[in-house]
Amino acid sequence: MSLVLDLFGIVAIGAGVFFFLAGTVGLLRFPDALSRLHALTKADNLGLGLVVLGLLPRGDSLLAALKLVAVWALVQLAGATAAQLVGRAVRRKGSAA
Amino acid sequence: MTDFLLATAGVILFTVAVGLVRILGGPGDADRMMAAQLIGTGGIASLLLIAAATGARGVEDVALGLALLAAFASAAFVNSAAPAEDPDAADGR
Amino acid sequence: MSVLQALDIGLAFLIVAVAAWTIFARGAFAATVGYVVYGLLLSLVWIRLFAVDVALTEAAIGSGVTGILLIGAAARLRGGETAGDEKSLSGAARLLTAGLCILVALALAGVVLLLPDQGPSLAPQSMQNLAETGLGNPVTAVLIAYRSFDTMLEKVVLVLAVVGVWSLAADRYWGGAPGEARAERPEPTLAFLAQVLAPIGILVGVHIFWVGADEPGGAFQGGAILAAMWMIVMMARLTEAPQTNAFWLRLTLVAGPVVFLTAGVAGAIFAGGFFAYPPGFAKPIILFIETFMVLSIAVTLPMLVAGPPRREPRQ
Repeated sequence: MSLVLDLFGIVAIGAGVFFFLAGTVGLLRFPDALSRLHALTKADNLGLGLVVLGLLPRGDSLLAALKLVAVWALVQLAGATAAQLVGRAVRRKGSAA
Repeated sequence: MTDFLLATAGVILFTVAVGLVRILGGPGDADRMMAAQLIGTGGIASLLLIAAATGARGVEDVALGLALLAAFASAAFVNSAAPAEDPDAADGR
Repeated sequence: MSVLQALDIGLAFLIVAVAAWTIFARGAFAATVGYVVYGLLLSLVWIRLFAVDVALTEAAIGSGVTGILLIGAAARLRGGETAGDEKSLSGAARLLTAGLCILVALALAGVVLLLPDQGPSLAPQSMQNLAETGLGNPVTAVLIAYRSFDTMLEKVVLVLAVVGVWSLAADRYWGGAPGEARAERPEPTLAFLAQVLAPIGILVGVHIFWVGADEPGGAFQGGAILAAMWMIVMMARLTEAPQTNAFWLRLTLVAGPVVFLTAGVAGAIFAGGFFAYPPGFAKPIILFIETFMVLSIAVTLPMLVAGPPRREPRQ
């Protein structure tokens, strides 16, 4: 059973790392600030979600697992709103502020 | 398994480092505002992985605090670098 | 070299690189961003050293609150920045400064490398007596039980800092409100963020304070998170900073140190020594003191960030 859980963890965390790498590639290669913001927010949040998913079975208790899910939900929410804020600021100031 | 967790934490930190080069070096303040986002998500992911690998306890609260503070820092950066115009004025939208 | 060692070395290099960038960055805003990133990375180091309470404090205060303090200062200095850049140090002064800095760095490195493996420490004794304090978290025990006098003085220092900040106001503004007025229609995105984050943040802040008795956490960290939530609501201009002559504000600011000092004096009367706790009642008294400390910190930090009053007081 623990082997299955370990495998699940490895797959989920591996996928999460893949999304982090994809986000960073986007960050490096996209031409302007807004698309870089997009790569950063979407890919990194998904990456964190998968990492959290992979770490859930290893939690100390149910409360710890719930806290991890709450962390992910919070980061999603805050990240999406912060992206909106930054995007609006970029549009107002022009790309190469 | 612990080696795998540590290795993935290292890879994520590496992506944060590379991203920081782009963001901190990027021209203008627009890129800098994203630093809090990058370090928030990447930092929390590395934190959780490292804590799971080394057995540090009570780290979920630190992750919660980091999430809140990264959001707070993002808002503060944006507010400072590009202060909101007077919302009572016409925006043209 | 194991994976763990490689990770540690990589993390150390990353932090040094970010610190170096912060020093060489052009413009105060860029340097502040670098500083906040540096602080958040440092909390990873604290986790590696198994100092989870310190990691929380570093994230909350070291990079969060101090970061926004620096951002506010940078914003206020923005006008005069270019004028100062022209006058820089002469070559000889720079060399001297560099030499002294290198000397200090070498001395620090020497001290760290020459530390004995089993350094002098009171940790075993503090763990032995932990049960008597009723707490499960040794860090909280050190802060509120073993060296409570120092912690109280730290809170007094915070109050003095607020008084110092307020005294920077022009005479006619004394007693007025710092910061900007409440907006008729706050910017929607920022207002949404504040409205959603603040309740969650308050919950998390209170939880971290309460759980600090037995798990990593504590009054300072919880208070800092509560302060951050109030600051984000003020940033969104959903509310405005209170007038500095408001009675409730001044009462809350001093409540923490006053309650703390009262407990210390009461200890002298009832428990046999200044800041002694009666056995068996230690934990409730500690939690009582911490509650007021959290309130004080949650009010003091935003007042420090808001700055000196900039509007005339309304009567």
